[in-house]
Amino acid sequence: MTGISIIKGQVAPLDQANVDTDQIIPKQFLTGVTRAGYGKHLFHDWRYLDTNESVLNPEFSLNKPEYSKANILLTRENFGCGSSREHAPWALADYGFAAIIATSYADIFYGNCMNNQLLPITLESAQIDQLFVIVYENPECEFLIDLPQQTVTANGISFAFKISEQHKHNLLKGLDAIGQTLELDEKISAFEKQRMAWL
Amino acid sequence: MGKTLYEKVLEQHVIDQVGDDLLLYIDRHLIHEVTSPQAFAGLNEKNRKVRRPDLTFGTMDHSISTRSLALDACGPQNELQLRTLVANCEQHGIELYPVGHKNQGIIHVIGPQLGLIHPGMTVVCGDSHTATHGAFGALAFGIGTSQVEHVLATQTLKQSKAKSMLVKVDGTLGLGVTAKDIILAIIGKIGHAGATGYVIEYAGEAIRQLNMAERMTICNMSIEAGAKAGLIAPDQITIDYLKGKEFAPADQHWDAAIEYWQTLSSDDDATFDTVVELHADDIAPQVTWGTNPGQVVAINQPIPSPESFNDNISKTSAEKALKYMGLTAGDRLDQISVSHVFIGSCTNSRIEDLRSAAKVVQSSKVKPTVTAIVVPGSVEVKKQAEHEGLDKIFIEAGFEWRLPGCSMCLGMNDDLLEPGDRCASTSNRNFEGRQGRGARTHLVSPEMAAAAAITGTFTDVRAMGAK
Repeated sequence: MTGISIIKGQVAPLDQANVDTDQIIPKQFLTGVTRAGYGKHLFHDWRYLDTNESVLNPEFSLNKPEYSKANILLTRENFGCGSSREHAPWALADYGFAAIIATSYADIFYGNCMNNQLLPITLESAQIDQLFVIVYENPECEFLIDLPQQTVTANGISFAFKISEQHKHNLLKGLDAIGQTLELDEKISAFEKQRMAWL
Repeated sequence: MGKTLYEKVLEQHVIDQVGDDLLLYIDRHLIHEVTSPQAFAGLNEKNRKVRRPDLTFGTMDHSISTRSLALDACGPQNELQLRTLVANCEQHGIELYPVGHKNQGIIHVIGPQLGLIHPGMTVVCGDSHTATHGAFGALAFGIGTSQVEHVLATQTLKQSKAKSMLVKVDGTLGLGVTAKDIILAIIGKIGHAGATGYVIEYAGEAIRQLNMAERMTICNMSIEAGAKAGLIAPDQITIDYLKGKEFAPADQHWDAAIEYWQTLSSDDDATFDTVVELHADDIAPQVTWGTNPGQVVAINQPIPSPESFNDNISKTSAEKALKYMGLTAGDRLDQISVSHVFIGSCTNSRIEDLRSAAKVVQSSKVKPTVTAIVVPGSVEVKKQAEHEGLDKIFIEAGFEWRLPGCSMCLGMNDDLLEPGDRCASTSNRNFEGRQGRGARTHLVSPEMAAAAAITGTFTDVRAMGAK
């Protein structure tokens, strides 16, 4: 996996809280055995008026022409709640999103994003409000996300965001988490020797 | 300073500190067909092995039919996923309980039933309802598929330490009020994201009085408040449940295991980041009215108006939810009809749940306008229920008696509702479209679901003289 550093692009607004992973990718698309091809089903129930995905819902923000080039999703609190399905970040990334900006995330979803090089940025509610205004007033406005500097800049306004050093490091380098842990094999083996006898 | 139960279990499993994270050893890894195929594919691509197949157990539950044992009963995609699980488990030497096996069932029902979950363990599964196993005082949480791959390859997981929340439920539950009502009331109180970033410990007199099935119902829905996990300290009820189970500690280790388990409770001087208190006597049967589990009221209360919420986000969420649910603020749920009833899911499909529901159903008939199904949580639960004649009670009343699986909790098979259908469901999520596009889900206890099946509307089971 290659790392991420700077993300530039337009933004799609999804102005609601508690967007659960059932909305991000409904169950009928979870029968796959690969990680690919979920983007066309992203937000299926909201994005399409029919179950065959042939009629777009013109009211849904991702379908509006002004947001068609977006690679950043702007949304509200508790994004990605509910099911642990990693198909959610797979679908978001496959659709073309490189980053999400929200007030907060559900824990499992947040971790899943990190494992898929999809950058989940957390900002204060008032800052999110400001960003929504910017996007609504100028849908073509390009946001600049600088991971090394931990900033989001739009329309001349810059907000700093927090991210753990570990997550930042892994995103920047695109590291293989399993490979890293396998290097600790000796410690894992030593731990295994002193586990309770009945385990 | 004293330690919480969570801290004790966590510290027991720390292999190393990696940056801000702890590298934890995982004692039990549960897998199912939906969230594991890509993990195995990842291992195979890099020619990696499963480190501890002996600590890993699999079953089929999500993508299977509840009407047929045939793997192709729900179409070729589902069949491919199920056959992929079989092939992966065979290749890596993992014990699998496929459809037709006596141990098959919903992963969170069979794990405890087989004694695979012990107090003090770390337990993970690519499934958010892994929190269920916290009922044993195990640290159990759901993970994504990349993490499933990580655990398969290393038997470890990197985790940051969560904040701690104590939810104390004192008092005694009234007749007809259940563990499901406790957890719905808790989520209603703290909110759908109220425990995000926390591990909850449930304590108090009302929790101590619960049996293991009830404790599992409580811990199961910890994730519906956003919690990483939910724990209940083990006690004699836990020990009695485990004794004699297939995978419980062997006889020669049993006493040592108990001795260790008895250390697993929060110290008196342990501090929690947040404390929430409820009184069981104040809790009435709960029914969700919205599209997340925190949007819930007591059966005897009106649906709140969006204006009653303090913040704009909750207000907007409530408006959107009412529209989707086809409800109006001020409506009383006991005046709302249901078209479907689903008794099942990892929240409420254990033998105790079926017994409670059957008690309400006994000698009654399902309202002709209602389609009602009972889906036992496992082959073992189904067998036991049939031994006790519960299947006959349900069938004679007009319920369908199905084969074990996740079924209509999420409808990855053909157990789906149509747009506009309204379901009293014992499951855990009332999200938009969860049980079918445009379908409306109301979460309730097994007793309340049974009552709704009979009367055709949400009904206060306490008024039916049940239990």
